[in-house]
Amino acid sequence: MSFREVLNGVQVEINTILRLEQITKSFGETLVLKGIDLSVYRGEFITLLGPSGCGKTTTLRIIAGLEIPDSGKVILEGRDVTFDEPNTRSVNTVFQNYALFPHMSVEANIGYSLRLKRVDKATIKNKVDEVLELVQLSGYSKRMPHELSGGQKQRVAIARAVINQPKVLLLDEPLGALDLQLRREMQTELKRFQTHLGITFIYITHDQEEALNMSDRIAVMNEGAFVQIGTPAEVYDRPQTAFTARFVGSANIIEGKLLSQDKDTVTFSCGDGIGIANLHSTPLTPGQSIAVAVRREHLHLLKTAPENAHGFDAIVKEKSFSGGILQILLSYGEGKELIASRHGLDSNLSPGDHVFVTWDPEHAVPVDLENPA
Amino acid sequence: MKNRTKLPNVYLGIIIAIMYLPILIVIIYSFNTSRISSIWGGFSLKWYVELFRDQSILEALKNSIVLATLSSLAAAFIGTIAAVGFTRVKLRSSGFVEYLSTLPIMIPEIILGVVFLIYFSLLGLPFGMTTLIIAHTAFCIPYVFMLVKARLAGMDKNLAEAARDLGASGPRAFLDITFPLILPAIASGMLLAFAMSFDDVVISIFVTGVNTNTLPIKIYTQLKTGVTPKINALCTLMFFVTVMLGLLFVFITNITNKRTTTKESSQ
Repeated sequence: MSFREVLNGVQVEINTILRLEQITKSFGETLVLKGIDLSVYRGEFITLLGPSGCGKTTTLRIIAGLEIPDSGKVILEGRDVTFDEPNTRSVNTVFQNYALFPHMSVEANIGYSLRLKRVDKATIKNKVDEVLELVQLSGYSKRMPHELSGGQKQRVAIARAVINQPKVLLLDEPLGALDLQLRREMQTELKRFQTHLGITFIYITHDQEEALNMSDRIAVMNEGAFVQIGTPAEVYDRPQTAFTARFVGSANIIEGKLLSQDKDTVTFSCGDGIGIANLHSTPLTPGQSIAVAVRREHLHLLKTAPENAHGFDAIVKEKSFSGGILQILLSYGEGKELIASRHGLDSNLSPGDHVFVTWDPEHAVPVDLENPA
Repeated sequence: MKNRTKLPNVYLGIIIAIMYLPILIVIIYSFNTSRISSIWGGFSLKWYVELFRDQSILEALKNSIVLATLSSLAAAFIGTIAAVGFTRVKLRSSGFVEYLSTLPIMIPEIILGVVFLIYFSLLGLPFGMTTLIIAHTAFCIPYVFMLVKARLAGMDKNLAEAARDLGASGPRAFLDITFPLILPAIASGMLLAFAMSFDDVVISIFVTGVNTNTLPIKIYTQLKTGVTPKINALCTLMFFVTVMLGLLFVFITNITNKRTTTKESSQ
């Protein structure tokens, strides 16, 4: 090990605020977390993204100390806190349903953690006013939780969790109960709070758009394990598994057998044609199964097949319009399906039409099928 | 749409009459001058005056109040602890335990009375106030247990966790968050327990001593030696006390419901 490597190691260690090591947890017979590892860097906004039941809330509760793992360690700033009580950890949580104390005013809710620390009343009042201003709720301090709207409760919950300046803030789908409009606004707000406060955020969601929009890094989770951890761009553009491709990018997974590969592309058989994709990271042997992810907007649908083009024939089955985008359901090969999307209200295709499906090789990313969704 | 007939009102009138007419008659006759219950001899408060001159009745009243207060307090304490413990511990047999703990409400009182009698004789406890308090506490616990358990079940479990997360120790989180939120349920359970203890005859007769009379027992034994309108006056007073307790119960339950709906609307 060279000196530089040691130095880099130390650097990473200092920048890591929280580390999970080989955490397992089961409830009864069900193994919820299958030995997960995660390093969270100081000041980053990291999102745990996965479908419901994938273990993301359990992970959060273990970090908060509300659950004790069966094995593995939680290291906060270099100290093992796995078995520490939740009240002794410098980690605070924004709960999914806000969990505001119904019998306390906004002021009392937000100041609760400071009262526990026996901070004097005047200081508490100042700090409460300060965070209320940050979450744009100045003047609401005397209100009771039931007098607040959903968005306001959300802000109070955040104010209550950050007033004590925790090292890490955990947010468990905090925008889940809000309507779409408000959710978009709050996404921007949350990002603003995070930049302003400089606190590390660990955010949980099952909404890929939310994750892509706010995070510095995304940890994609499925069935109690991390599938891929990386920046939004990495996870979205270079998914490593079929699950990530489908869940994050709503991509099509096209399966086939490898025919040949050259310096930067692979050619494979699929449907009744051939496909070309970027080179796989690991060497492949001809005849081996291969799966590539192609996002909906990257599929070209042509009326006639051009000379020497790669791709295959498909039949238009259905068209539907959602969110300003036209979704076209196609069938190809033996009962396989694809979805292509187009901007605009309509296309000249109608159900029953035969089309030739093709794509640019750089938009086809080979993925592992090990974690099929 | 307007009701086409007045029939629903008539039904309601009949039902209320059946339930409350006997009580109304007792109340009216408590102000009767005549010694004979069936003859109206004019308005008078003399039976109330006599009632408060009767030392044995006042003694019984005092016993009843002491008994109901102590046993409902004890039941509130034990019932609350049981309910809190019950919701925290996940037992495979929790359904059975729950059934077992509320069963005393359904067991006929006469059986409970006999059971307590035998049990206390076996233990060699002297019959009197002590045995009364133990027996009353025992049959009052389920009322508190059920109400507090229902309140806890309807409570957001994240609330106590949020307090822990914000730096409260386990006991502190219970005192600051859980306890204030279940207090209305404890109070209404205690009121119900008080009312149940206050008017209990059957179990009390079995477990009381020779020298300890509670008010219901006193009334019951007076009936055997001949009814005076004093009893009417006493019943009227007890009726109003019960009504007051009932109203208090409804009031507290309303507060609880208001809080519960608040909680639901936040989700």
